[in-house]
Amino acid sequence: MKNFEYFEPTTLAEASLLFTQEHAQLLAGGTDLVIGMKAYTETPQSVISLQNIPGLTGITADTDNGITIGAMTKVREVELSEDILKHHTALAEGASEIGSIQIRNLATIGGNIAHASPAADTVAGLLVADAQVDIASADGERTVSINELFTGPGQTVLKPGEIITQFRLPSPASGSHYIKHKIREVMDLAFIGVASAVNLQNSVIKEARIGLAAVAPTPIRATEAENLLKGKISTPELLQQAGEAAAAGTSPISDLRCSAEHRREMVDVLTRRTLQIAIDRA
Amino acid sequence: MAKHPVSLTVNGDEHDLLIEPRKTLLAVLRDTIGLTGTKEGCSTGDCGACTVIVDGKAVTSCMVLGVTASGKEITTIEGLASDGELHPIQQAFIDTGGYQCGFCTPGFIMASKALVDENLDRTEEEFRHALGGNICRCTGYTKILEAVLQAVEEIRATS
Repeated sequence: MKNFEYFEPTTLAEASLLFTQEHAQLLAGGTDLVIGMKAYTETPQSVISLQNIPGLTGITADTDNGITIGAMTKVREVELSEDILKHHTALAEGASEIGSIQIRNLATIGGNIAHASPAADTVAGLLVADAQVDIASADGERTVSINELFTGPGQTVLKPGEIITQFRLPSPASGSHYIKHKIREVMDLAFIGVASAVNLQNSVIKEARIGLAAVAPTPIRATEAENLLKGKISTPELLQQAGEAAAAGTSPISDLRCSAEHRREMVDVLTRRTLQIAIDRA
Repeated sequence: MAKHPVSLTVNGDEHDLLIEPRKTLLAVLRDTIGLTGTKEGCSTGDCGACTVIVDGKAVTSCMVLGVTASGKEITTIEGLASDGELHPIQQAFIDTGGYQCGFCTPGFIMASKALVDENLDRTEEEFRHALGGNICRCTGYTKILEAVLQAVEEIRATS
């Protein structure tokens, strides 16, 4: 690992100023950055740890604003949170799919998102939760929808000096489910990830949200499929149409994990499957 | 590059060190403090051989910068035995033959320790899944699982 200057700021303003410098990297859980530095794919001149900035950790739930997750909250905490398990099951399930327990005890939800991997396991769950991403910098604060955060693999709308502080989940789902398509039980990256969330009223789908990971340059919502479902009663035919619509909206690549064709086919299958389970849970 | 003052409590002993920020916690434990029980396997977080317990949580110490562990309480495999008595998990690994070359064993034992500290009521399947971050190339895992389950029984019987 190349040497670097290490900073442990205690305020966001200080961290943001340091982060505006060239070749600076934020350190959250370190499970991506430290490995990257060892491989010399990351060679920052300064590393800014966020661990001593107060207010960035923890999960809070209140009736007005729903659930708020601090960006430095460990993925393991997201996985085990009763509030998240109840209202955003797909997100808890996604969190539980990352690496191993040892890694989830280090990795943070903010890091998982800021790293901007299209295959991140928490991203589909955040998409179907309609998460609002609060961002701070020395210049002030702003909020971006998780839907608008990503611009490409590893790329976000975050500007130099901007730091994700928390995720707000204002829209609970009465039923949701995440499936990670993978080979190994643990310690694998997703071929694809699919999350579905629904709210039902007298068996009618009032609202459906579908989030897809690793099937396009950025994580995406399957809006056409969502619109198909809205206001209808679930039938196998309807779910099949939704699966096909979700698959049609993807633009997957072929890589060492699997082919684009397989990814597209599995979006169809797993959209149906996650929708059925989300509806069963609702 | 400036070295940083770091205070670690390792197995109950306090260590005030000056370390380069690029040193991982694993390197600090092994090279600076001299506790070589914790092993370096893959060095990418995949194998779990470097597992130690930091503030009650099992972590892969190869992914942790030593500077970020300042002020934290760390337990390594050297810290499990007390008064010359092995921890029930250590004893169970010996009794069942839950190791062959032994390289993965400290990591397995520390990961298991964190799991049983957290919750004794796990099924074999749940332990199997929870230990998925540790890799063993010798045993085929059967004896490791036996060891963990035997240790759970032992801990339950004596607590």
